[in-house]
Formats: sequence, C-alpha cells, structure tokens
Amino acid sequence: MKVPLKWLKEYIDVTLPPAELADRLTMAGIEAKGMQAIGGRWANVVVGRITAVNPHPNADRLHLPTVDVGTEQLTVVCGAPNLSVGDKIAFAFVGAELIDGHTGQRARLKTARIRGVASSGMVCSEKELGISDSHEGIMVLPPEAPVGTPLADYLGDTIFDLDVTPNRPDCLSVIGIAREVAALTGQSLRFPEVSYAETEPGIDRQISVEIADPDLCPRYCATLITGTRIAESPPWLQQRLLAGGLRPINNIVDVTNYVMLELGQPLHAFDYEKINGKKIIVRRATGGEILTSLDGVERTLSGNMLVIADAERAVAIAGVMGGANSEVTGETTSILLEAANFNPASIHYTGRHLALPSEACMRFERGIRPELTVPAIKRATRLMLKVGGGQAARGVADVYPGRQDHRPIRLQTDKVKRFLGAEFRPDQIAGTLSALGFDCKPAAPATEFMVTAPYWRNDISQAVDLIEEVARIIGYDKIPTTMLSQSLPPQNPDPVIGLKRKIRDRLVGYGFQEVITYSLTGLEMLNKLKPRTRVVEPMPIRLFNPMTAEQEYLRPNLRPNLLTALAANRRHEDGGIRLFELDKIYLRRRKDLPEEPEVLCGLMSGARNEPSWQGDGGGLDFFDVKGVVEGLLGQLSVEAGFAPGDDESLHPVKQAVIVVGGRRLGVIGELHPEVAGAFDITGTAYLFEIDVAALLPFTIEHKMFQPIPRFPDTVRDIALIVDAGVSHQQITDIIRGFPLVHRVAIFDVYSGGQVPPGKKSLAYRVTYQSPAHTLTDEEVNKVQQKILGRLARQLGATLRA
Amino acid sequence: MVTELSCCLTPLVVITYNPRQLKLKTTMLKQLQELKLKALQELESIRDFKQLESWRIQYLGKKSSLTTMLRRLASLPLAERKTAGARANQVKADLEDSLRQKEQALREVQLATHVKAETIDITLPGRPAPTGRLHPITQTLNEICDIFAAMGFQVVEGPDVEWDYYNFEALNIPEEHPARDTMSTCWVETDSGERPMLLRTHTTSVSARTIERTTPPIRVVAPGKVYRYEASDATHVPMFHQVDGQVVDKGITMADLKGTLYEFARRFFGEERPVRFRCDYFPFVEPGVEMAIGCLVCDGQGCRLCGHSGWIEILGAGMTHPRVLQLGGIDPEIYSGFAFGIGIERLPMLRYGIDDIRLFYGSDLRFLRQF
Ligand SMILES: [Zn+2]
Repeated sequence: MKVPLKWLKEYIDVTLPPAELADRLTMAGIEAKGMQAIGGRWANVVVGRITAVNPHPNADRLHLPTVDVGTEQLTVVCGAPNLSVGDKIAFAFVGAELIDGHTGQRARLKTARIRGVASSGMVCSEKELGISDSHEGIMVLPPEAPVGTPLADYLGDTIFDLDVTPNRPDCLSVIGIAREVAALTGQSLRFPEVSYAETEPGIDRQISVEIADPDLCPRYCATLITGTRIAESPPWLQQRLLAGGLRPINNIVDVTNYVMLELGQPLHAFDYEKINGKKIIVRRATGGEILTSLDGVERTLSGNMLVIADAERAVAIAGVMGGANSEVTGETTSILLEAANFNPASIHYTGRHLALPSEACMRFERGIRPELTVPAIKRATRLMLKVGGGQAARGVADVYPGRQDHRPIRLQTDKVKRFLGAEFRPDQIAGTLSALGFDCKPAAPATEFMVTAPYWRNDISQAVDLIEEVARIIGYDKIPTTMLSQSLPPQNPDPVIGLKRKIRDRLVGYGFQEVITYSLTGLEMLNKLKPRTRVVEPMPIRLFNPMTAEQEYLRPNLRPNLLTALAANRRHEDGGIRLFELDKIYLRRRKDLPEEPEVLCGLMSGARNEPSWQGDGGGLDFFDVKGVVEGLLGQLSVEAGFAPGDDESLHPVKQAVIVVGGRRLGVIGELHPEVAGAFDITGTAYLFEIDVAALLPFTIEHKMFQPIPRFPDTVRDIALIVDAGVSHQQITDIIRGFPLVHRVAIFDVYSGGQVPPGKKSLAYRVTYQSPAHTLTDEEVNKVQQKILGRLARQLGATLRA
Repeated sequence: MVTELSCCLTPLVVITYNPRQLKLKTTMLKQLQELKLKALQELESIRDFKQLESWRIQYLGKKSSLTTMLRRLASLPLAERKTAGARANQVKADLEDSLRQKEQALREVQLATHVKAETIDITLPGRPAPTGRLHPITQTLNEICDIFAAMGFQVVEGPDVEWDYYNFEALNIPEEHPARDTMSTCWVETDSGERPMLLRTHTTSVSARTIERTTPPIRVVAPGKVYRYEASDATHVPMFHQVDGQVVDKGITMADLKGTLYEFARRFFGEERPVRFRCDYFPFVEPGVEMAIGCLVCDGQGCRLCGHSGWIEILGAGMTHPRVLQLGGIDPEIYSGFAFGIGIERLPMLRYGIDDIRLFYGSDLRFLRQF
C-alpha cells in the first residue's frame, strides 16, 4: 500500500519526520518497506507562468519564452514544442540540480549561450525533474499552481510503501493509516467531508435492490447521479491515483478508485441506462453463466460465484470485476454507484478461480466491515458531483441483511499483565484503546472494561486481540524480558533423532560429505535405477500440482538424487568422492499419510585416499563399502551379517544384503554398470543403504563388561587350501565353534601359482586363550588338530604345504 | 685427602716420612703438570669416540702414567704424600672432567650429523586423514536445537506430508483464509474422497500435533523440511528448513517469549548484536511478533541486504492464539503459551555471506567443503 504523506496530512497533523513516522508504523505492525522522497532535490526550482513566447532569431526550432517567477520576469532559450502563454510550468534557476534529458546524468544548471542568445535558467520536462521518463515537452502544472512557490513545496511528497498484514484490511486505506498515526502520536483525526446536495425523486423510486443470497452479500448500497459528464479527471485526482499505484481512466472510475484508496471500500459504477428493469439482484451465478468482463474476456461462471444482475442478466462479477454490458463509457450520463459488502471466502474463491486478482478483490477477501459502505458511497457521490457535475438522487438504497454489530468484550487489566508480563495502568490501557477508536466503558470491578471495537475493525473478537492492540501501540519494547521460570517439562527424547545425529557424525569421521537433496524427484530418474524392468514399483506418491517433471514425485528412495550429485561432482573432482544423505523417503499407505522412514544412503567412488604425493591407495572396491558399514554398525553395537542380494540397481554378484536380527535392513554393493551409465557416472561407484529407524531396536543392546585376560594367549597361523566356492564365513564359523579359540583373523587370500586350479588358499591367525590358566602347547595342539580335522571333513580343507 | 681418591685407583698405602724422598716429590709434581698439559692438548684434537677411548686408556686407564704415579706416592713420607697426593687427585679429576665434556661435545656433534641426515621437507602436505563435513544446514539445525535444548526444550519431529488440518485448520487458518495465499502449497495427490494432503508449508504443523497430544507443560522445538510451490531463484527454493518452537504452561507471558528469543539471539549471533521485536501478524498467534537483528553488513546504517532499514528479520513469533490451544484440547483460560518459527537457510547465508540459496541443494562439493 502506497501512502503519500501529503494525502495523509489531509486527515491528521503529522509532526514527526517521515523516517521516524515510518519507524513507528513499522514497530506497531505496519511495516514501511520503503520510503520515496519526491522533490527532495528540487532546490532552485519554482512554479512559473509563461507570459510570452518569441521565436529564436537564429534557430527555427528554438523559442524564447518569458517566464514570470513571482519576483521577476526571465527570458530563456527552450526547444520544447508545447510552450503556450499562460501555462504554469516548473522553472529552474541557475544552480538547480537537474537530470540531463539525453544522458540521464544529474548535473547543475549553468548559464549558457545557445545560438548566440544567453539563457539563465530553464523550463523543465518531467524527466529533467526526475518525475518520469517524459522528455517530449515541458511539464505543464495545474492552473491553480501558485507562481513563485518552490516546486518542492507544491509538488514534493514522501511516499510510504507500507506492508499491511492480512488481518488489517482497514489499513488498506489512507484513512486507516491516519488512524494508526493518530493512536501512535496522540493527534486527532479529521474525517473527509461526505455530504452533498440531494435532489428528488429519491433513489428508491429509481432503482430496486434485492439480495437473493444474503450469506454472500451482507450489505448492498447504491446511489444515483444523473446528468454527469464523463471526462478526464482533474490533475490532483490523477496524481493521487498514480501515487497510489493506480492508472487514471475517467473521472467517474477514478473517483471509485480514489475513495477505495482513501477509505478502503471498493466501489463500482454502472451506466444506469444499461440496467434493465432498473433492478439490481445480488445472486449466485447459474452454473455455466457467461459474462464478458470489463477487460473484454468472456468468463464462464460457476454456481458458487456471486454476480450482480439486473432484471435480465448478470452485469458484474460481485467484488471482482464489472461487466462490459453495463460499463461506464464516454456517452454515459447517469451513474448507478455501488458500495457493497461481500463474503470474503467467496470473493477469494472467485478471484482465484478466475485468476482476477485486483485491489478491490484483495480488500474484500481480507474482510472489510459492512459499516464502511455508507460513508464511502456518500464520499464518492460527493466527489463525482464535484468532478463530473450532475445531480444526485436523494438517499442511499441500502439493503442490509447481514448486520452484525460488534459486541463488547470484557477486558480484565490483570489479564493484560498475566499475558504480557508487563504492568500497564488501567488508564493507560483505556487511553490506548480509545486512541484507536475503541469504546472503553468502565465495568465492575474497577479493573475491568467493556470494550467495543470501532466499526472499521474486523480483527477484534476476544480479549487477546485487545491486549495486542495495547502492546503494539505502547510498544513491544516496553515489555520486560524474562527467562522461563516454570519447572522443566519431563524430557522424552525421540531415540531416532539421537541415532541420526550419531550416524551423521560417524560418517563424517569416515570422510563422507553430507548432502541434502530435494525430497522430490522425477519418474525418469527413478526408472534409470531399473536397468532390467524400467518400471518403478510401487508407483511413488505424486504431487497434485508439480512444478516440473524433475520434481513431480516424492522420492521412494534416496538414490537418484545422490547418484546425480556424484555424477555432477565427478566433472570437477578427480579424487575419491564419498557422499551420504540421511533423510526421509515416502512410501504410500492406504487411506493414510505416507510412511516416512529415515534412510541412510551413501556412495563412494574413485580413489581410496585423497590423491597425495604418496599415492592414493588405489581404487575403492566392494570391501571398502563393506568396511564402512561394518565400522558404522559396530560403533552402534549392531551385529550384522551379510547375505547375497538381488537388488536390480547393483552389480549382480558384487552386492549383499545387510541382515540384522534376521531382518534385511539394507544393502551394499557396486553400482550396476548400466545404472552408472544411465546417470553419467564415470568409473564405478559403491553404494550402501540402511533403514535407520528399523535399526534402532538393535542398537539398544545391553552390554556386559568382559574382564581383561589375565593369562597370556597363544597365536597359531593356519594356511588352508579349499575349493574356490568355499567361503570365508564357512571356515570361521567352524573355527569359532571350538573352545579356547579367542579370535580368528584372516590375513591372506591367494589363488594361482602353487595353488591348484579351482582351489584357493586362505591364511588365518587363530588366537587361543583361557580365562583360567596359561595354555600349554599340548592343549593348543589338541584343539588345533580337532579344528583341522573338522575343516577337512566338512569343507575338504587341507593344510597348505 | 689422599685416602679419598676415586675407586678406580689402587688404594694408597700409608707410609712413613723419609727426607730423602723430597726430590722425588718435586719431580713428581712437575711430571704431573706436564702430564696434564699433554693430555689436555691431545684431547683437544680428538674427533671421535674411538680416539677418545684410547685417550682415556692412555691417561686415566689402569696402566696410565697417572695411575702409576699415584701408586708411587706410597714411597713418599706422610706429609709429602698428602700434598702430592692431593695434587695428583686434582689432575685426575680435571682430566676426568675434561673427558666428560669432550664426550658430551662429541655426542652433540654426532647427534647433529645424525639429525641433519634425517632432514625432511616439512612443507610437504600431510597424509590426508578422511575429512567429511556435515551439511551447513544440518550444522545450523544442530546448533539451534542445542541452544534451545539448553533451555529445556525437547526436539520433536513430524511428517513432511501432512493433513491440511494440522498445517492450516488447527493453526487458525481455515479454508479461503488470505494467509493461505502467502504460503503457496504443494498438494499431494490422493484418492478421491480422501482428506486433503499437502507438503507442510511450515513445521508449525508439528507444534499443532504436539499441542493436541500433550498435556502441558510443553516446551518443544521442531526442526524439519518445509515446502512451497515456488520456482527456484537466488532467494527462493521449493524446499527449505525451519525450526518451530512451542511453549505452553501456566503463566507464560510475552516477557518470557522475549527472554527466550533474546537468549537464542545472544547465543547464535553474539552478545553485541542488537535485537528488535515488532508487531507482526500470523494467524496462529496473538499478539504476533517479528524479531529482527541489527544488519550484519551495515550495522544498522542501512544497506542493500537489509533493504536500507538497518534490520534483518530473523523469525516470526507470538503468543499462541487461544483458538489454537482450544483446537488442541487445551483450555486457554488456564494455560498460555508462545510460539516461534525460524527460517534456517537465511542464517548461514547471513553468517557466511552466501548470496544464492540454491547452493545448499546443489550438492556441489566445492561449496559444501567450505563449512
Ligand atoms: Zn544493512
């Protein structure tokens, strides 16, 4: 909302400097987003009157106007085509700071000789004064402009750009802002004049108004002006509209807009001659009803939109836009003026569905009061008579089925203290509310008031609303600052939140960079994960109003965004890349919100170590990703096993499922080459994925202390030859099954060379230990013999020579 | 004290005085003096431990002339023996001292040579230890949650996909409320007849759930992702993060709101940063509050970042609207509360001078590694 200071001053004496006023309004809830000073740099520019225009002796296109500046008559050289004797203009003396019409640069005006004639001063264009880009001719001022007055006094202004919150539609008007200023500064308000001469016959005999759907139209008022003349508005009116951000159209339409800006009530003017049956009916549109709106667009209306109709047809979309069939044109002589109140939700719905946002629409949908219609329609009628002439019919047609007067609210002053934590005196509270126009009646007991909101306020329904008024006008800075003194509520932290933090911290320690990607993804991306089937199953959850195809679905896994991130980074990173994301995925549930499991997904690709002058440790492989997962789960005290997997996005044999407590809680593996290719990933990548929330029960394991061994251990190495198909796990499962075996570690895997084809050699270091005594060689030998015996029987293992 | 000669020497035999041996004594003193000079001279030129050992054997060993001389002291009369003995022991002590010094000097030289051979280029980079980093948004969320946890707030989370009810209705934003327009919503496709589902536009939805399911006292913060139907540019992204806070108890006042948020600002932005509370409007609070801090760039003078106001809006807050408490089954006549919502992305943007919000979600390591 743009509010010119000069306009504001019509209703209130403003004594504060503009910057301070802006600050006070901001603190009280109406943020001044900007402040534009017009004419702040118009020193040495005054209002002048052209008294003569003579031709330049040496140039056809130049003239020599003589200008009366009040104290003297000055003749200058001017090239403008629109010089005419008697016009009021802006005259710049030497020394004025003007914008050069051609270069756009600001420069100080000097005395010059132009084609042999001296020129001390200048008649200005709008561009030269910084008002607009117009430089075709000089700016002509209204005839009433006082000669000799500094232009800054006559035309200068400060325009506040105010951000009015949705709860204060009453402040979408200059008078509303003036009321705020009045309360903030203690000045009193001057309401604009609304009276006018009324003529017979009365309005009721010339139009009948019927509200068929009072739920959507609480009030409808109309006045009638006959014998009016449609013309361009006077300059003062045009200037006000332009300052308020509206385009002048003609005197009648301009007045409706002017009063909307002034008082906050949207109005609409019909050509009275075009109203059939001299009847106004406010009703819901019939489904499929068609109306061509003022902008020439044919609108198809639905049954829950409200229209203004005459005896035969709709003539306007209520509160949103008028119809072309009843438009005021240059030939119009009789005006039927409407000031009505409409249901905010209905206007919001209609405006949104017809995509017709407007200043009027915005005011209605925020909920203005029906009491506003009468003062606004009277004010507008008065102004129309002033700018267009004619006669106004006696009275206001007023149908008001939705009357809802403000009920008094009981305000206990000790409640103000309980709520704000600040003590305000009862007279301070009553004084503040009264300054805002509230009616404050003392009640019993003396610390209470019965408070009634003024007619223009629509946002006051309970005591807290009054408390806010008191707080914001007195100032939030007057409220003290205290720390919470209540006893601490019991704490029951969600263990998943803690687990997520632990996992993130650990992975960062492993050299992984956390990324956060959009929760939304595209079907095409998801399909790339399925080299075989090319079908995402089950279908992910779709947005009703997706912005782009890349952000159309809620991600059912973290993979596509992470793989995209890897591919993008690979373009500028040649070392190892380790990325992870730990966040929600979204899985469809019937007739309920989706399931949102927290999932960890990690990717590693490239060199094992960062490239260094000591080498990069070679390329990562399956066992790097397995090591990360083993390390992470070990840290979380989760015992996990690994079994062959069948994830379509992973390499058919270089993958495993992570099995915890018999449940498959994740996968690890090398990316399927086709998936890597589909995501433009150079080289290969290793992925791990763990269902974090499902992991939780396994992390809360009850640990028991293990005593530190008191007796020395005995270490034996065994090198075995087994069939290539025998797994490490099978061997260690057997060895671990024997007593006294404390630890088994593999330290070599080898095939080829002296190992026969189809076989492989595995070397283990077995640590024997007894909690009770120092082991003898014989004891260890006996166990080892048994181990070798069982390995031979069950796995065909032989000792390597 | 002859008898106190060090143990490496043969103990002296105590003998009686004999005037004929006077000459012997004079000669001996002279010899001792010469011996000492010679020994020290030689010691001077020694360059390694091998030479030093030969020197030791020669001058201090069991077969050295000094030892021999000391043995010969026995033949002197008692009085002579005393002075000559003292002298001889002095020479021996001096030589031993010099030996130790030489030894030390040689050791130092040797160490220096050794160490010099081990010289490395300390400017070469270290063997890289694995370094990953938390995303700057995670870091900021952790920092904020920790600040509020220290004030007794518990961290709670809620669903991203939410019913219209918890995102709007329960927060005093009914259908067709103008506030809905300021939060362009991403709607989720549902089967016909199902309740409307959306991507939450603020984590205040979690507060609504907490109010509904908890009997006061309530003191929670809800961090999480929020979504808006908005095209991306340098200052807008369709997904961002928020921390919403909610306090409900008996006797909660707006002074408590100010105190709690001041404390947050003090810890997050530092002691010196000015803080301002002004009136603002949010449908789920009354009175509504906006908290701003003094601009970090211009320190209140006005610049492009702060829109020439000198202040930067950090969060919205207010006293929980009685209607919101009522909808959640809490009696507003008994309880009061306050709520606040902090937009997260803005904070690291201000702190690090990041000028494009999209960088957070571009996953570019060149960006993420900086934090
Ligand atoms: Zn600034």
